[in-house]
Amino acid sequence: MNAKNYMVLIIPSKSQNEAFARVATAAFAAQLDPTIEELADIKTAVSEAVTNSIIHGYEDSEGEITIKCRMDEYGVEIEIRDEGKGIQDVEQARQPLYTSKPELERSGMGFTVMETFMDEVEVYSEKEKGTVILMRKKFASLAKEQGVSGNEG
Amino acid sequence: MELTANITGNILICRVKGELDHHTAEEFRTFVDYNMENNPVKHLLLDLTHLSFMDSSGIGALIGRYKKVSSTGGRVMVVNENKQVSRVFEVSGIYEIIKSYSSISKAINDI
Ligand SMILES: Nc1ncnc2c1ncn2[C@@H]1O[C@H](COP(=O)(O)OP(=O)(O)OP(=O)(O)O)[C@@H](O)[C@H]1O
Ligand SMILES: [Mg+2]
Repeated sequence: MNAKNYMVLIIPSKSQNEAFARVATAAFAAQLDPTIEELADIKTAVSEAVTNSIIHGYEDSEGEITIKCRMDEYGVEIEIRDEGKGIQDVEQARQPLYTSKPELERSGMGFTVMETFMDEVEVYSEKEKGTVILMRKKFASLAKEQGVSGNEG
Repeated sequence: MELTANITGNILICRVKGELDHHTAEEFRTFVDYNMENNPVKHLLLDLTHLSFMDSSGIGALIGRYKKVSSTGGRVMVVNENKQVSRVFEVSGIYEIIKSYSSISKAINDI
């Protein structure tokens, strides 16, 4: 039943939407009874991806950011998409401490935070077209449920 | 975000309430830098008891403050960060340069 549930959120790339985006995504995921820590992980990862779209994707211009969140039998899949300037070298961008904007006091830890806090992070990007971040998080409560139904069946 | 500061000896004690992200980082920077520059203080102590959320934008802002404060021989310390904040600290390795304490008095005694 949960597997079919999803939500789509479209926001303009304004920094005041960062808090809204992470709280809204966490509220959606909360339906699956994750732990407080799992919810905090989702909030943090969403905050990183949305902030990147605002700062790097759209820089000084404004565009739309689309956040999709789907439930599956293990947890949630979150997609964050912008139609901004894209990433030339994704492998380099994902390196800890790499930032293209050191002058803005950025630490280059955003992707590392996403990778640490989520179970899977995929990055699709094309120069001048935009960037899609696809992240998955499994919830411990669902892993147990799967185990129980497996034993019963 | 709500920021308040007071001074104990040569330490600026800054309480950070709310969320430290890209949206609020500029306010945090301006507040801390202004108070460090316009008071006879050397060290910066951040009371994070009421900081409910922080991401890598906060890490960038903290490292920026650390660079300024340490360039004049001062230390940056944090107190009472919650679990979410401490996980972001750990991932970024910031505990290597900014020490954490369980209370303000313990931090002050360590200087
Ligand atoms: N949505 C995006 N559009 C274009 N470039 C991006 C996008 N997301 C990330 N990047 C590029 O990848 C680099 C690394 O991103 P990451 O989030 O790890 O670090 P940062 O944003 O530079 O610093 P921090 O997240 O620590 O504040 C960025 O500096 C930027 O060059
Ligand atoms: Mg980032």
